[in-house]
Amino acid sequence: MRTLFDYPPREGVGGIFPTCDVPSGSPAEVLGEGLVRRNAPRIPNLSEGDVARHYTQLSKLNYGVDDGIYPLGSCTMKYNPKLNEDVARLAGFADVHPRTDEPLAQGTLRVLFELSELLRGISGMAAVTLQPVAGAHGELLGMFLFKKHFEERGETGRTRVLLPDSAHGTNPASAAVAGFSVTEIRSNERGTVDLDSLRAELDSSVAGIMLTVPNTLGIFEENILDIARAVHEAGGLCYFDGANLNSFIGRARPGDMGADVFHFNLHKTFSTPHGGGGPGAGAVAVSEKLVEYLPVPWIAKAGETYRLDWDHPRSIGSIHAFYGNFLVAVKAYAYLLQLGDEGLREVSGDAVLNANYLQERLKKTYSLPYDRRCKHEFVLSGEGFPDHVSTIDIAKRLIDYGVHPPTIYFPLIVREALMIEPTETESRESLDRFAEILETIAREAREHPELLHNAPTRAPVRRLDQTQAARNPVLTYPFGEQTA
Amino acid sequence: MRYLPNADADRHQMLDAIGCARLEDLFSDIPREVLEKCEPLGLPMRSELDVFGELVRTAEANSAVNQISLLGGGIYDHYTPHVVGQILARSEFYTAYTPYQPEISQGTLTAMFEFQTLICELTGMEIANASMYDGTTALAEAALMAERIRKRKRVAVAANLLPQYRRVLNTYAWAAGLELVDVPFDVSGRCAWERTPENVSAIVVQSPNAFGVIESLGGLKEKLGDALLIVATYPLALGLLEPPGSFGADIVVGEGQSLGLPMGFGGPLLGLFATKMEFLRQLPGRVAGRTIDAEGKTGYTMAAQTREQHIRRERATSNICTNSALCALAATVYLASVGAEGLRQVAELNFAKAHYLANEIGRLKGYRLAFDAPFFNEFVVRTPGSADAARRKLGRMGFLVEDPAELEALGVKNALRIAVTERRSRAELDHMIAALGGRR
Repeated sequence: MRTLFDYPPREGVGGIFPTCDVPSGSPAEVLGEGLVRRNAPRIPNLSEGDVARHYTQLSKLNYGVDDGIYPLGSCTMKYNPKLNEDVARLAGFADVHPRTDEPLAQGTLRVLFELSELLRGISGMAAVTLQPVAGAHGELLGMFLFKKHFEERGETGRTRVLLPDSAHGTNPASAAVAGFSVTEIRSNERGTVDLDSLRAELDSSVAGIMLTVPNTLGIFEENILDIARAVHEAGGLCYFDGANLNSFIGRARPGDMGADVFHFNLHKTFSTPHGGGGPGAGAVAVSEKLVEYLPVPWIAKAGETYRLDWDHPRSIGSIHAFYGNFLVAVKAYAYLLQLGDEGLREVSGDAVLNANYLQERLKKTYSLPYDRRCKHEFVLSGEGFPDHVSTIDIAKRLIDYGVHPPTIYFPLIVREALMIEPTETESRESLDRFAEILETIAREAREHPELLHNAPTRAPVRRLDQTQAARNPVLTYPFGEQTA
Repeated sequence: MRYLPNADADRHQMLDAIGCARLEDLFSDIPREVLEKCEPLGLPMRSELDVFGELVRTAEANSAVNQISLLGGGIYDHYTPHVVGQILARSEFYTAYTPYQPEISQGTLTAMFEFQTLICELTGMEIANASMYDGTTALAEAALMAERIRKRKRVAVAANLLPQYRRVLNTYAWAAGLELVDVPFDVSGRCAWERTPENVSAIVVQSPNAFGVIESLGGLKEKLGDALLIVATYPLALGLLEPPGSFGADIVVGEGQSLGLPMGFGGPLLGLFATKMEFLRQLPGRVAGRTIDAEGKTGYTMAAQTREQHIRRERATSNICTNSALCALAATVYLASVGAEGLRQVAELNFAKAHYLANEIGRLKGYRLAFDAPFFNEFVVRTPGSADAARRKLGRMGFLVEDPAELEALGVKNALRIAVTERRSRAELDHMIAALGGRR
């Protein structure tokens, strides 16, 4: 792949910036020699056409939601409405400085306030902050709130967080960054939290539980009220990971399930794009007992005026430079305004129906370790094929058929996992076509396994050597070396 | 709803196919009392035309966009060439996920590799990650990384950090049990290094700092013993200024907004994180690396993943997953567009315009620069009488100037912080000087 550093440098390609219209001394004289850059960074000077072509060519090596089905489990790769993109580019939103006086930024503050209120309604909880900028950032905030809660109560011995083995990978890392140790809770044969295992762990060293709802098997914890009650009776708090909210939005609220903290991924449930790995946004809702610890500033409304409210002395402080990812929030707001209550119920209805439809068909071809109704996603296993065909081979063969593979090798409790989340924005024909491809691949696995082992052959590159990338890391352009 | 392609007829057939009588039955695993408590928001379904109209009006309520901005403090009103927005609008980039399937993510991965290289070139460092959330969380992660490397809980922090950096650092430090010790600044506005405490894992410094002042980093590293030098920087300024890597910095973080991102009321932003190769195993966040495919052809993939949360779970170097990939792409296209020459030019424009304005204000009766150390494109000026009065006067003339409260909290009274970017014309600057009751 050609990088921008491989282009021949051009001369005389300036013109973006005007010539200087003020008298100025030489920087070297004003600053002194030691502060002025001696060696220019090795950034080639290119024509605008070079740049446009280079990145257009790169874009064609990518696969996005606009290219086709993107059934990554737990990632909710739904269609990203185009209206949202244009709204976020409106100068009135995009070009406002975060230190602008509140009266001059009423539109932005209004969006932040109103979106918080809508999310509060969706959660059925006491308050919402939009400061976290990603799901894992919301998890981290949740763990900070746990910590603060017990610190304020003098219960500093509560240092353990319980985590089901079906939890998202970020959960244990988030708990650890906030200084908690992690205790894993086994799932039972139905794929849900084993209540006895949970109760056996509950004591005065437990700060609480982090529960993904529904879990990464796509299964709703039917005993969620018992789980929450047991944790609360033991003096702990309940964190519900809302990455999978798409499966029950508009039909059930985490606040009614016993959540003390719940995070939203605006870039999953609320249709804002993933951007190849961000920026996202991860709003957090809390129960009454944690409200006063929320990060500052809050967005407040008095009469018809919105303002930033810093006066919360028991707040944990700030977790972001300013007020979270506003330009992501405004996309989620546009989405919510269009859908309304009716649309939100349709979203969860179709998301769950699509997943169950696909599961029902594919379980005839692939093994389904937890064979029961699912919510928005389900997990197949790539086990049972001859000739060492494994899940990675199936995934890479899907690429040859022009579709994006599901999440693979996760959750860890299913061997050779293929975690499939179609989302509500796939049509029935699209699901049928995806199922046909997976059925064809299963046939190929038995009859022509080499097709899978060699896949992909129709992608911009063949299978990449991850071992070499790990063993001999080349993380920057090797200037001066000959490259392939 | 036009985002949902299935019609009622499809839904009925699909329910039949799975042997389910009613859609509601698919939700019977949720406790009935939970389902019954759910209340609607009272929000009607609305058309695109209707919603777009409302949001255009809401955006227009932000009257700030019609004013001339002199706001700074870590976020700046810079110009972005149009090619950046056009590339970012390509849905192959913005509708893709994190590149877990490298064979169909070479666009994102190649751009990540370019980004890492560009950040290393700018900062003078050996490796960079593919981005963090923003400059402040990047700094907090740097402090945590220093603790992992040096195994000491104390961190020395320059007292002239921009407040948003200090706020976020405070929160993360509290949670991780780090002790932050202030290093005061002197009358020049620079950090007083001789007052750095002993036995710290790192010293955290920002340059340019909260006063816009460029710190003197020469020789500092040698005085620190084995403490790591963490520098928070302003990448656009590095078009003109000697990079932190030249002064021996161990970790360089920064806010990348100046490289082609809109201000967006402070988000999304772009956290920069660069360090030395020897610290790779302790680096937080994603990294792209160059490798080869099954036929020996060059390609890119995520590298050094054993540090990350999805592999290492609670022993990961950070919990970060989604970061600021599209913002990093914006910075990459921005830098590719301006090139080394354009970057130097825009940095010099910032420098020249800020110095022009500072000199002119300095000539006004009662006004003087608060600090005499060198600055880049932002400076603090003492006002005759209340800073608020001067600010209100400028506000009436259409200039956005920051509330002096933040400077007051740093102990600098009767003063305004003024930032000048390449977007400010001489006419605007002269108009401002006149507004302050100046020479014309």
